Amino acid sequence: MIERTPVLNALTHVILVTGLLLLLFPVWIAFVAATHDMTAVNTAPVELWPGDQFLVNLEQAWAISDMGTKFTNTVIVAVGVVVGKIAVACITAFSLVFFNYRGRMLVFWLVFITLMLPLEVRIVPTYAVAANALSPFQAMLDATGLTALIATLSGVQVNLEWNLLNSYTGLILPLVATATGTFLYRQFFLTIPDELVEAAKMDGAGPIRFLIDVLIPLSRTNIAALATIMFVYAWNQYLWPLLIITDRANYGMVAVELGTLVPDQFTTGGGTPTWHLAMAGTLIVMVPPIVVVVLMQRWFVRGLINTDK
Amino acid sequence: MADISIRNVAKSYGKDSIMQGVNLEIRNREFVVILGPSGCGKSTLLRMIAGLEAITAGEIAIAGQVVNDLEPRQRGCAMVFQNYALYPHMTVAENIGYALKVAGVGRAERRAAVERVAQSVGLNEFLDRRPGQLSGGQRQRVAMARAIIREPRVFLFDEPLSNLDAKLRVQMRHEIRRIHNRIEATSVFVTHDQHEGMTLADRLVVMNKGTIEQVGTPEEIYDHPASVYVGGFIGSPAMNFLPGQVSAARAAVVLGDGQVLDLPRDVATAADGQLVQVGLRPEQLTIVAPGTAELQARVDFVEELGSGRLYHLLVEDLPLTVLSPDKHALRDGDAVGVTVRPDALHLFGAESGRRIDARGARVAAPQVVPA
Ligand SMILES: Nc1ncnc2c1ncn2[C@@H]1O[C@H](COP(=O)(O)OP(=O)(O)OP(=O)(O)O)[C@@H](O)[C@H]1O
Ligand SMILES: [Mg+2]
Repeated sequence: MIERTPVLNALTHVILVTGLLLLLFPVWIAFVAATHDMTAVNTAPVELWPGDQFLVNLEQAWAISDMGTKFTNTVIVAVGVVVGKIAVACITAFSLVFFNYRGRMLVFWLVFITLMLPLEVRIVPTYAVAANALSPFQAMLDATGLTALIATLSGVQVNLEWNLLNSYTGLILPLVATATGTFLYRQFFLTIPDELVEAAKMDGAGPIRFLIDVLIPLSRTNIAALATIMFVYAWNQYLWPLLIITDRANYGMVAVELGTLVPDQFTTGGGTPTWHLAMAGTLIVMVPPIVVVVLMQRWFVRGLINTDK
Repeated sequence: MADISIRNVAKSYGKDSIMQGVNLEIRNREFVVILGPSGCGKSTLLRMIAGLEAITAGEIAIAGQVVNDLEPRQRGCAMVFQNYALYPHMTVAENIGYALKVAGVGRAERRAAVERVAQSVGLNEFLDRRPGQLSGGQRQRVAMARAIIREPRVFLFDEPLSNLDAKLRVQMRHEIRRIHNRIEATSVFVTHDQHEGMTLADRLVVMNKGTIEQVGTPEEIYDHPASVYVGGFIGSPAMNFLPGQVSAARAAVVLGDGQVLDLPRDVATAADGQLVQVGLRPEQLTIVAPGTAELQARVDFVEELGSGRLYHLLVEDLPLTVLSPDKHALRDGDAVGVTVRPDALHLFGAESGRRIDARGARVAAPQVVPA
């Protein structure tokens, strides 16, 4: 729409800027808090302008919470989730859109239902599975009486066990098993004209060739969008790592680690809260997602609005 | 060698039968055009030859080999689609060479083949562009080059020209015919544009509602339409139809209003008493002074065409159009006479819609292949 409406333009800009300020203000306060020493932070009224303790605080926060290890862990998990998610989503959607088989709708609805059951909702059963990833199979064997049968026949008591607690696998897998990406891909694949599929068939390309040579290159922007979303999602994970990681020193993730910096009676022993360190830690943890979003932004937006022209 | 035999082929989607008992023999290196209105099953037939659509019943053989159960890539067909269907993320060169890449042809050899084919359709300068940066005509050429490079036995075209403007369409039509003459392939071309069909075809196949109405050279189909449907579909402006009854005694057909058109005696005898539709092509009628010809009519209105005029007449209340290069000074409502050349009179059974000739039987019925 091209219209000359100066008043409306001005008004929309005012609304936009107000919204921006409202959003940025807390971040600004966090930044300011991270630049003062403990006394200044804990004195009323709240400081609105930066002090000179920024680097000192950053260093201290980094050291206290052993951020080096935590960063490595979180990057491993986030990248694992991104790669796993893209692979699973792409292949599932490929199968759902381009193949005609019995039970296709059933698969579709199963995937769809997982959309309504995010990890937080099914966290207890998910924990049970993570504690022994083979327990569903064990349950099946028990229920069908196979365990008993094998025990009587061979004398071996079948006892499947695969513990995922305190491992990268345990952190990554449940985050990969969600439907968001599958839907993004499905919507994109549905926009691929039939004639393109048929042209590839006439050119002699089988399904795998078609996937690799045509679909994946065409869905570059979708991959970028999904990668960005999943990276930020995995980076910010709190509840799941909190639950399954007891070995914090080796497998801790950054969002959980921030908790150790936030003042409470355990960390500060009831003394003066170390808000300046907590805020410095927060700023450090915020950096990677921001970098990813900024770098991917151009692709990301194109992928979501789906106009690769 | 790639003749195509289509034997008793039928197609249905679930319970909807959209094609029944289609038989067609296409000879090696022939250019066959399948012509018919929208929805008559032209594309479906073509896609069954290509292997993109399953064949419900009957069989299709290419070069003597039944291909019903072969994958598209095993059939040796290449196809040009209506919307080009180019790979948007590949350059023109990659688009053209993709089939060879899939077939495992080496890079250097592929490049040479792409350049040779691109040269032949005038695409050299565009090899590094993406399809999005090409005009419609250029995209069409890429689609063609992509088909040519595989040196197919059979070339399939599904309305490849319908997205082009009129001038480009004629140009590409010539180019397609030239390509067909140059390469050793059998071509099957689907269109609903009769000019395209008439000009391109060695043989025309006229389809209607999932069946073949008539197969023949464009000339045969124009001169001896096998049915009311074909007569009305081929030719522009469309054939006129007047109802009447054959009288052997008068060696003529008597029209509804009592006017009489002479018939060859043998035809009149064979079809004595039958109710018929008389088909008259507008361009084979001549306007003369009233009373001097066998058919009397009134002028309804006249359309100027530049090269001539299209006279819309009324015979009793039935419309009759006459196309003539002569510019008669006629006003609406004037009485005129119309002469009918005996060879320009087509008789069709009123009930059956099939052509009636000297034997009183159907002629040029679809070729039937013994099963
Ligand atoms: N997947 C489908 N399911 C059900 N009916 C179909 C399907 N595809 C095509 N048809 C029907 O088959 C008939 C023939 O279709 P087809 O595409 O062959 O027509 P066409 O002659 O090529 O027409 P057009 O000139 O418009 O392309 C149509 O009536 C159409 O509705
Ligand atoms: Mg069609």
